[in-house]
Amino acid sequence: MSEAKRVERPLSPHLQIYRWHIPMLTSILTRVTGHALVAGVLLAVAWLLSATISDEAFETMNGIVTCWFGDLVFTGTAWAVWYHLLAGLRHLYYDAGKGLDIPTAEKLGWGVIIGSVVMTVLTILVV
Amino acid sequence: MRYLTDRKRAEGRGASGRGTEHHWYMQASAVVLAFMVPWFMYFFGVALGSSRETVLEIFANPFIAILSALVLTVGMRHFAKGSQIMIEDYWRGTTRKIAIIAVFSLSYVVTAVGLFALARIAL
Repeated sequence: MSEAKRVERPLSPHLQIYRWHIPMLTSILTRVTGHALVAGVLLAVAWLLSATISDEAFETMNGIVTCWFGDLVFTGTAWAVWYHLLAGLRHLYYDAGKGLDIPTAEKLGWGVIIGSVVMTVLTILVV
Repeated sequence: MRYLTDRKRAEGRGASGRGTEHHWYMQASAVVLAFMVPWFMYFFGVALGSSRETVLEIFANPFIAILSALVLTVGMRHFAKGSQIMIEDYWRGTTRKIAIIAVFSLSYVVTAVGLFALARIAL
């Protein structure tokens, strides 16, 4: 019974077959931000490692991290963290069986988008 | 002779063969990360742009070092397992296996390098 006949299971449907809507956009962005975050983590770990090696190594990495490129990556990472966090909380709420009707789902979607931008601005202001 | 009946072996395990174990891991790690990550972001943001001495001083703090190690370890597992689902959604066969191994390897290497750096700073 556990050795069932192998079947070609269908993969997820292509994204193009649906009309775009907020719950869909915000759900896809959860996945995108989750993956994009790795860029920030890589840069952060490389920077931290450089601090353990030598002054020269740190100067080099710190130069990258504090120039426009580093600013871009870490500002993007801050937004991606807040977006993924808020959208993740929304998914936990969905998983509890709540907020699944369309008007609420759309409101939550906008909440995640606006909330992530507000939290990113606050993060930049605070640190 | 098998002691477990076929039904008992299949029960609760679903199409994945592992039941809801993966989903539950993602939920549990999501909750702990939601508590830890804002704190980590704050300390990281303070350290970012400081001199080498200040950076080393900040991450030598036991609380910050442990928090960073936890965020890195749990975060990279959460990433690897989340990425695995993305891969399984869109690829099959050998491509799928290679992609999952690559993502797992990347996340383990990043975790190990980060923990190594934190250990050198904090200990």
